[in-house]
Amino acid sequence: MKIENNQLLRFITSGNVDDGKSTLIGRLLYDSKSIFEDQLQNVKKISERKGNTEIDLTLFTDGLRDEWEQGITIDVAYQYFTTPKRKFIIADTPGHVQYTRNMFTGASTANLAIILIDVINGVTEQTKRHSFIASLLQIPNAIVCINKMDLVNFSEDVYNSIVEEFKEFAEMLSMKDVRFIPMSALAGDNVVEKSSRMEWYKGEPLLHTLETIPIESNINEEDVRFPVQTILRPQSEICQEKRRYIGRLGSGVLREGDEITVLPSGLTSKVKTLYNLDKKAQEVFAPMSISITLEDNIDISRGDMVVKSSNTPNVSQDIEVMLCWLHNNPAKPRAKYFIKHTTNEQKAIIKEIVYKIDIESLEKNYQSEGLHMNDICKVKLKTTKPLIVDLYKKNKVTGSIILIDEATNETVAAGMIV
Amino acid sequence: MSKYYLNYLDELESEAIFILREAWGQFENPVILFSGGKDSIVLTHLAKKAFYPSKIPFTLVHVDTGHNFPETIQFRDDLIGNLGVNSIVGSVQKSIDQGRAVEEKGKNSTRNALQIVTLLDLIEDNKIDCAIGGARRDEEKVRAKERFFSHRDDFGQWDPKNQRPELWNIFNGRHFEGEHFRIFPISNWTEIDVWNYIKRENIEIPSLYFSHKRKVVFRNNSWIPFSEYINLEASEEVISKQIRFRTLGDITITGGIESEANTVTKIIKEISAMRFTERGNRADDKRSVTAMEDRKRQGYF
Ligand SMILES: Nc1nc2c(ncn2[C@@H]2O[C@H](COP(=O)(O)OP(=O)(O)O)[C@@H](O)[C@H]2O)c(=O)[nH]1
Repeated sequence: MKIENNQLLRFITSGNVDDGKSTLIGRLLYDSKSIFEDQLQNVKKISERKGNTEIDLTLFTDGLRDEWEQGITIDVAYQYFTTPKRKFIIADTPGHVQYTRNMFTGASTANLAIILIDVINGVTEQTKRHSFIASLLQIPNAIVCINKMDLVNFSEDVYNSIVEEFKEFAEMLSMKDVRFIPMSALAGDNVVEKSSRMEWYKGEPLLHTLETIPIESNINEEDVRFPVQTILRPQSEICQEKRRYIGRLGSGVLREGDEITVLPSGLTSKVKTLYNLDKKAQEVFAPMSISITLEDNIDISRGDMVVKSSNTPNVSQDIEVMLCWLHNNPAKPRAKYFIKHTTNEQKAIIKEIVYKIDIESLEKNYQSEGLHMNDICKVKLKTTKPLIVDLYKKNKVTGSIILIDEATNETVAAGMIV
Repeated sequence: MSKYYLNYLDELESEAIFILREAWGQFENPVILFSGGKDSIVLTHLAKKAFYPSKIPFTLVHVDTGHNFPETIQFRDDLIGNLGVNSIVGSVQKSIDQGRAVEEKGKNSTRNALQIVTLLDLIEDNKIDCAIGGARRDEEKVRAKERFFSHRDDFGQWDPKNQRPELWNIFNGRHFEGEHFRIFPISNWTEIDVWNYIKRENIEIPSLYFSHKRKVVFRNNSWIPFSEYINLEASEEVISKQIRFRTLGDITITGGIESEANTVTKIIKEISAMRFTERGNRADDKRSVTAMEDRKRQGYF
C-alpha cells in the first residue's frame, strides 16, 4: 500500500459507556479490512464462549482480561489502521466518570475528536464533559456521531433535535470545526458505507470524512521554540566540531544563520549548522528531531530553550494554568510537586485555586476548595526557577505541564497555561 | 496547506527519536533490549540517527535462550561490532543451570517464558533503570494499552490498571531505587510501517526474513524449523520448503510462512495482501487468548 507522502491523523473516540464506541471502532477496523484472520478467529472463539452467535465487534478493542469479564473499557487503548489515503491512530478512551484522566491523555495528542451520542439518550452530562475537554485541549476538529439510529427508525427528526441540542450547548465552547453524522455502528450504516436507510442525510460516511478532512496541525509555525534534550560532544576523528544541542523542535521554522537566544540565561548567538538527524539542512521545522551547533561556545543544558531572538516567550516563576486533577489522591495544601514542562523539570507549589469549572453548566465556582480527581480548576503555580512558557492556545508544546507527586512519583495533574 | 509538514513515516521517526533522547536524558543506565528481530534492528538504527555523529550511548542487551537461529547470533555479533557499542548477553541456559528457571517439558515446550527470569536478574545485577524495547502496540491487544514510558515495580512487574497517564509529549520517568522503566519508542508503528522504513533507510536485516529453503515440520498450522532442539513426534515429517519468517524468536516456536519474497519490496507487497497477523505464527501466543498479558504482567518484554 502506498501512502508514502501521506499524513498521520490521530483521533480519539469519546462517549458514554454503552454509546457504542467499541462497536464503532470494531466496525471501522472490520469494514476497512484492517482485521486479520487470526484476530477474527480469536474473537469468534471468545464470542462463542460468551454465548453470542454473531461476532462481538467490541472484542477487537477491549484488550485486558478483566475488561472482557466486566464488559467495560478501562483504559486508553490504541488502534492502528491504514487506508490508501491515510494512516490513522485511534485512542479509544473510556466513558466512565472516573476515567476522565484517560480522555485527557488521549485528547492531548489528537487532531480530531469523535464524540459519540446514543440517539436514545441524547446529549448527556458525559457528552458535555467530553466535548468540553476536547475544546479545552483545543482539538482542532470534531465529528459528532449520533449512533443507534436503527432504534429510532432512522428518523431525521430525532437526529435533528439532537444536533440542535448539541449546537446549543457547543456555543459555549470554542470548537472550530464540528460535523454531524447519523449512524448505526452495529449495522454499519454511515461508518464505511453510505447508509441506504437515511437518504435524507446528504453528507459522507465517517471513514470518508476521516480520510479527507484537512488535518489541522497542532503545531505553531511562527514561534521558534527548541527545548534542548541533551548535549553531544562528538569526539570522533572525522569531526572535531563544536557541541551539538539535540532535541525536537517544538514549533516554528529555524534557519542557518538565525540569531538565537538561550533561555533562561539570555545568552545570544547564531545558528552555525543545522541537522535533520544525520542530514545537514538549511532549514528545519517542527516537529522534526534535530541537532544544531552555534557560532559561540555558550553554556546550555538539558531543560534550556533556544528561541529566535526576535520572538521570545515569557520567562516566569508565576504561572496560571487550567489544571485537570488526574489522581485518586487529592491535592495536598501547600505541598510541593515536581513540575515537568518540555524537557525542563523543577518544583512547584499550588499557590491558589482561583476557580473550579462546573462541567455541566460550565460556570465558575470561586468558592471551591481542594483539588480532586476529575476536577478542572484554574490555579496559580509558583515554581522554584523560571519556566519558559507560551499560552497553550498559542503553543501546545510550551503551553503544557504535568505535576508529579514527590512521594509517589506518579503523575497527578495536567495543565494548560492560560 | 503549509509546506511545513512531515509525512507519516517522518513523523513516526521523529517521535521515536524524541523518546530515545528522553530515555538518555532521564535515566542513569538505559539499555536497548536487542532481540535480533527487525523491530529491535530498526530501534538500533533509530538510536544511531538520534545521537549521530556520536556512537549509540546505550548498551545492547540480548537475552539468549540457547535455542536460537544461528543466523540471529551471527547478525547480532556483526552489528555490535560495526556499531562499536557495549553489549551484555544474558543466558537462559545459565538461569536453568543455576536453578533460577525450570525447563518446560513436552512437545510444545519453549524457553520463552523462562526469559523473564534471566531478563529481570540481568536488570537487577547491572543496575539498569531503563530498558528500551521494540514492542509495537499493533502487535497484540494487551500491548495496545502500554505506555511509551512504562513503569515496573521492584519485582519487575507491570500493573496495567495503574499506569501513569501520558499527556502531550511530556514523559514522566521518575522512579525509586530498584524500580525500572520499559520504554517503547516505536509504539505507534505498525508492521508495515517498520518494513517501509527498512526499505527507505536501506537497513540490513537477517537473511531469515527473506525466502529461503529450509527443513521444516508442519505443526500448529505453521512451518516450524527443524533443529536439534525440536522434540519430533513419530507422525511428524521433516520436509524441505521455500519459506521465510515474519518475526524471529526462539527457533523452537517461530513458524515460517511459505513465501517467494526475496527482497524488501516483495515482502512489503506480500504483507499488504496478508490476512494473518505476524504473531499468528508464534506458538507462544497461541497458548491462550491472554497469554501475552500473563507474561507481560510478570515482566516479559
Ligand atoms: N441497536 C444498536 N445497538 C448498538 C449500536 N452500536 C452499539 N450498540 C450496542 O450498544 C452496546 C454497547 O456498545 P459498546 O460498543 O460496547 O459501547 P462502549 O461502552 O461505548 O464501547 C452493545 O450491546 C452494542 O451492541 C447501534 O448502532 N445500534
